[in-house]
Amino acid sequence: MSAPSSYWRKTSRLTAWLLLLWVVLTFGVTWFARELNEYSFFGFPFGFYFAAQGILLCYLGIIVHYSRRMRDLDAEHESEIDPE
Amino acid sequence: MLSSLTRLQRYYLYYTGIFLLFVVVLAALERAGMPARWVGYAFLVFTVSMYATIGVFSRTTDVSEYYVAGRRVPAFFNGMATGADWMSAASFMGLAGTLYLQGFQGLAYVIGWTGGFVLVALLLAPYLRRFGQYTIPDFLSARYGGNTIRLIAVFAAILASFVYVVAQIYGVGVITSRFVSLQFEVGVFVGLAGILVCSFLGGMRAVTWTQVAQYLILIVAYITPVAILSYNVTGVPVPQMVYGQVLSEVSKLEEGLFDSPTELEVRERYRERADQYAQKIMQLPHSLTQERERLSIQINELKSSDVQMREIVLLERQRRELPQDPAQARERWEKEMYEALERSKPPLRHAEAFPGDSEAERNAQRINFLALIFCLTIGTAALPHVLMRYYTTPTVAQARQSVFWSLLFIIILYVTAPAYAVFAKFEVLSNLAGIPIAKLPGWVAAWAKVGLVSIEDINGDGIMQFAELSLNPDVIVLATPEIAGMPYVVSGLVAAGALAAALSTADGLLLTITSALSHDVYYRIFRPQSSTQFRLVIAKSLLLVVAVLAATVAAQKPGTILSMVAWAFSIAGSAFFPALVLGIFWARATRAGAIAGMLVGLSLTVYYILRLEFGGYSWLGFADGPLNPWFHLQSTSAGVFGILAGFVTNIAVSLMTRPSPQAAEFLERIRRPGGREEGA
Repeated sequence: MSAPSSYWRKTSRLTAWLLLLWVVLTFGVTWFARELNEYSFFGFPFGFYFAAQGILLCYLGIIVHYSRRMRDLDAEHESEIDPE
Repeated sequence: MLSSLTRLQRYYLYYTGIFLLFVVVLAALERAGMPARWVGYAFLVFTVSMYATIGVFSRTTDVSEYYVAGRRVPAFFNGMATGADWMSAASFMGLAGTLYLQGFQGLAYVIGWTGGFVLVALLLAPYLRRFGQYTIPDFLSARYGGNTIRLIAVFAAILASFVYVVAQIYGVGVITSRFVSLQFEVGVFVGLAGILVCSFLGGMRAVTWTQVAQYLILIVAYITPVAILSYNVTGVPVPQMVYGQVLSEVSKLEEGLFDSPTELEVRERYRERADQYAQKIMQLPHSLTQERERLSIQINELKSSDVQMREIVLLERQRRELPQDPAQARERWEKEMYEALERSKPPLRHAEAFPGDSEAERNAQRINFLALIFCLTIGTAALPHVLMRYYTTPTVAQARQSVFWSLLFIIILYVTAPAYAVFAKFEVLSNLAGIPIAKLPGWVAAWAKVGLVSIEDINGDGIMQFAELSLNPDVIVLATPEIAGMPYVVSGLVAAGALAAALSTADGLLLTITSALSHDVYYRIFRPQSSTQFRLVIAKSLLLVVAVLAATVAAQKPGTILSMVAWAFSIAGSAFFPALVLGIFWARATRAGAIAGMLVGLSLTVYYILRLEFGGYSWLGFADGPLNPWFHLQSTSAGVFGILAGFVTNIAVSLMTRPSPQAAEFLERIRRPGGREEGA
């Protein structure tokens, strides 16, 4: 097996970090929803707001960031693309 | 402005304009006196003929067009089509209702069904697109080699998709029977026709373009009633922003329910009823004979006196409907007991997370909440009909972007659903609870006739207490226009939206099933030498057979259909997710590991569901009664065990076997850069 290319190393590192963020948001923050409900946010209890809207916007953010970073990474490594 | 749009965007803009115009014209006609029934028909005929037109124009005889829409679908439109593909009758009708009934606990569905798309974006979509074949079994077979894994994947894809498609067709039956008063069975086959006109001639290409059209209708239909309701209640027509205030109103109203004397009395009555059933169950079989004797004595007494015949007939029917044997009596009475027990509990506080009387109970709720999220996310990231859509974009970069668009279009509905629930609860608590039963609005009776709403004046005071009202979750979205007193045209719009949600998902699922059968089984395994034309003939005939089969099953009205949808997630998640993700990110994963992992994960999930739901059926071999749930997890979260077991088995067996050299080549191919290449 050949050594992993730097493109693949960077891709997997980015994926791992974003995945970790996803796990913390989905299972970490949600775990404390009861405690977060003590705080109020635009009239919502914060725990409820986060589960109903906040976390969805974070998900969108993760996907946008990934798609941008990968586009740049693709551009950096354009020379490595071999024609099919 | 208009000229900066692409040709496709312009088409869909015109299409949306025509649809809105159609709604406005109908509203005017209704005001001029058109009967409600005609409004329903107009919506049904108009929307289905729009879909049919698109379906006929997109007909194709090209294999790549048929399976992956020629890989020419731009990210934006693929996102919209995925949104419609993804959001089924369950999302459209069931989600808001579940949130209404369960409050915060229902948000597990919102988080799970959206969080899964992060996994799709990061772990699957770009790699599937770079691989560039037709189906999910294709991918697994190329990565691990061999036809065994292809067959297992085909089996799992069909199992998960078939239960799901039956639920959609069932949903179509419910909608058509309520809104255009067709007979349920007729409605099912009308729905079938609606599904077939989209997918039969044009495969994925036609399905994609009708799904875009269906998305537009379903989102307009979902948001309109709740925006009007929000405007009526708060003066701002953006429900997603302002329902926080309404939520605190609801919380205040809820506090009043906890110690209102009449509510307490009603709950006490239900508790008594539950106790009575518990006693009767304990005294089986004696209590059943006693019950029958009691009725017989009463009937004889009445017969010897000269009361009206009608009363005797009523009692005789009661006696006839008594359970046949103790086993049936136990089953029926247990159901009644749980129902009464459920109603005797104090209401939930809508915004409270993980409610419970003790710390242990709260923790069990919390664990179930997170487990359900886990299953739904993984299941979302493994449902073949959604993953298949990412084969259809022109490039890898567009596949990544298209996940963003998918999630955005899905989120528009999912941030609205909790608002729906809160506004509906506000209406019910402030306008419905506590009014005399004789003065209930007309929609209550209309929906009670269909069996989705029931009211029982258990304490006999002639006033409806909150605890005396029971709503089926599906009714919330469909009845909101009537609850808020909107014209019938809004109800028709909602019905058209629900129909679009059910049809679009059913199309995607049917296509997955037929491509698994025609492409993976017939072409790849049995007749690799068959001509492309013949392959399409096979695909189209199979589509017809599977569709009729699904409609026949749906016409039987299988009762547990909505929980079956939740099982589909667990099944798909445990079968596909470990094999796909390890296959992409872990070079050591071997064929034996993947096969073992898929089999173990799938069997464990199916076993857990069967044991929990159908324990006590001796023909399944589980005569010793239902299993005690492991870690208090319900069967809807069965996938937790299956997915984890799938990962562990896959890794363990892979480490014991040697990877094949083709796998390294395959990985090199899908891991290399190049977002803009056109792909194979």
